[in-house]
Amino acid sequence: MTAIIRAHDLAKSYANGKVIFSSVGLNIESRERVALIGSNGAGKSTLLKCLIGLLPSSGGEVVTLGESFRSAPSVAQLRRIRRQIGFVFQHHGLVSRQSVLTNVLQGKLGLPGGWRGWHHSIAKQYWREEAMQALADVRLLGKAGARADALSGGQAQRVAIARALIRRPKLLIADEPAASLDPAAGHDVMRVFSELTQEQAITLVYTTHDMEHALGYSDRLIALKAGKVFLDRPTAQVTRGDLKDVFDA
Amino acid sequence: MHDRLSPSRIPSISPLTFSFAVAFAALVIVSAGQVAPSPEQLASGLPRMAHLVGRMIPPNVEPGFLLRVFWRMIETFQIALVGTAIGVALSLPFAWISAKDITPLGPFRHISRMLVSLFRTVPDLVWALLFVSAVGLGAVAGTMTIVVDTIGFCGRFFAEAMEDADERPQEALFAIGAGRFSVLCGAVLPDAMPSLINTTLFALEKAVRSSVVLGLVGAGGIGQELKVAFDLFQYKNAATIILVIFAIVVLMEFVTDRLRSKVQ
Ligand SMILES: Nc1ncnc2c1ncn2[C@@H]1O[C@H](COP(=O)(O)OP(=O)(O)OP(=O)(O)O)[C@@H](O)[C@H]1O
Ligand SMILES: [Mg+2]
Repeated sequence: MTAIIRAHDLAKSYANGKVIFSSVGLNIESRERVALIGSNGAGKSTLLKCLIGLLPSSGGEVVTLGESFRSAPSVAQLRRIRRQIGFVFQHHGLVSRQSVLTNVLQGKLGLPGGWRGWHHSIAKQYWREEAMQALADVRLLGKAGARADALSGGQAQRVAIARALIRRPKLLIADEPAASLDPAAGHDVMRVFSELTQEQAITLVYTTHDMEHALGYSDRLIALKAGKVFLDRPTAQVTRGDLKDVFDA
Repeated sequence: MHDRLSPSRIPSISPLTFSFAVAFAALVIVSAGQVAPSPEQLASGLPRMAHLVGRMIPPNVEPGFLLRVFWRMIETFQIALVGTAIGVALSLPFAWISAKDITPLGPFRHISRMLVSLFRTVPDLVWALLFVSAVGLGAVAGTMTIVVDTIGFCGRFFAEAMEDADERPQEALFAIGAGRFSVLCGAVLPDAMPSLINTTLFALEKAVRSSVVLGLVGAGGIGQELKVAFDLFQYKNAATIILVIFAIVVLMEFVTDRLRSKVQ
């Protein structure tokens, strides 16, 4: 197994003196599915951003996808890191007046020659085939020609997953991907994540406030509490009592 | 309860506000004495207006003259159409570099904004005079005027439409490392498109209206014919031209209204 993310003694505080977390150590292996949990404001989103270099950390060392950096990666490192990552956020962030196919193809932006992902009409033929495959993977092949604003929330989030997968990422980062979905659509989206990342050998790191999502779709669970890693162990060994402790004041 | 009804709770007009109001009223009255028509002027002017209208009737409908008006009208349309097309094409880069958070220029976007404001605030007839002096009498000066006028109008409203575009897709694309131009083409423009089309249709309507009068200062189009008619006291010709202009502008408003209603 190779490490995808390794963090040692990582800290983040803001200029106003507010400490978000300190001495965080992590080791995320290739093909792992990791759920990151913690109360509101515990620093989950901040930690994700520090790990992939989108936010400068204030101490410690990170090695992500082979790029080693302190504080923040260099511009060239950040570019290399970004090329190997797909993102899914709480809001799908689709361009509403464009077709589903175009939205999926926009996942190619930021890759070399990626500008042809602006619109499906100028995309490379084999990209279009990849996009159709990605749509088939998230079970939305029939919606390729539909406008993005005609989709339900769950469908839109699955398109966002297809947009992330078409980058052929090594690492998929999902920050509360199911938070604005109803229970059925939420489980649907989590199932799609869990199955596709397994099939395509992608490492998945996601945050959630839903304990069923945290336990049901991960191999490992990491919990942040009071600025520290409170818990980090295989999901199978996590008990309900452990979870309760994470959220108890 | 008593407190709420007491007179002290009713805001009274401050002495400062009151003195401003008096000064403003005085300004209006004094100015009216200098520039508004006096009753005597109205009394003598109205019959003369009636006489003028009398000399305009019936409008000239000779085929030769109508044909000349027709070709002048075509030229007017060409000025409006070409001027708007070039103006809209140039407005897009102007809007991009002036739009907050989307511009690649950072704080320097204000330079572009100010230039667009300059284009907008100087009246079109003044631009026409400038261009006539620069490139000579004729339609080219008119087209250049419409170009500048259109940038002044579309440059501003395009920028606002881009600023109003949904930011979440933009953030999603920036996160994966897409460049500013890719985000513009992939996320900002598609989202702003209905607004851009609406603004363009307004610009076209506005261009037709201003290209009609540009001829008054020698910048081509039907206005030139109108000026000749008045200069030579050919009021029946003038009447025809005014009616044609009226018809064209109303038609233009109708057409652009219809097109606008089709944009969702
Ligand atoms: N620029 C900033 N300056 C100071 N504090 C900040 C700044 N940005 C974020 N924070 C703080 O960082 C803390 C962690 O935020 P973060 O979004 O990482 O939490 P989270 O665990 O993702 O929470 P949630 O579950 O609500 O998404 C919050 O308390 C927030 O107020
Ligand atoms: Mg968060």
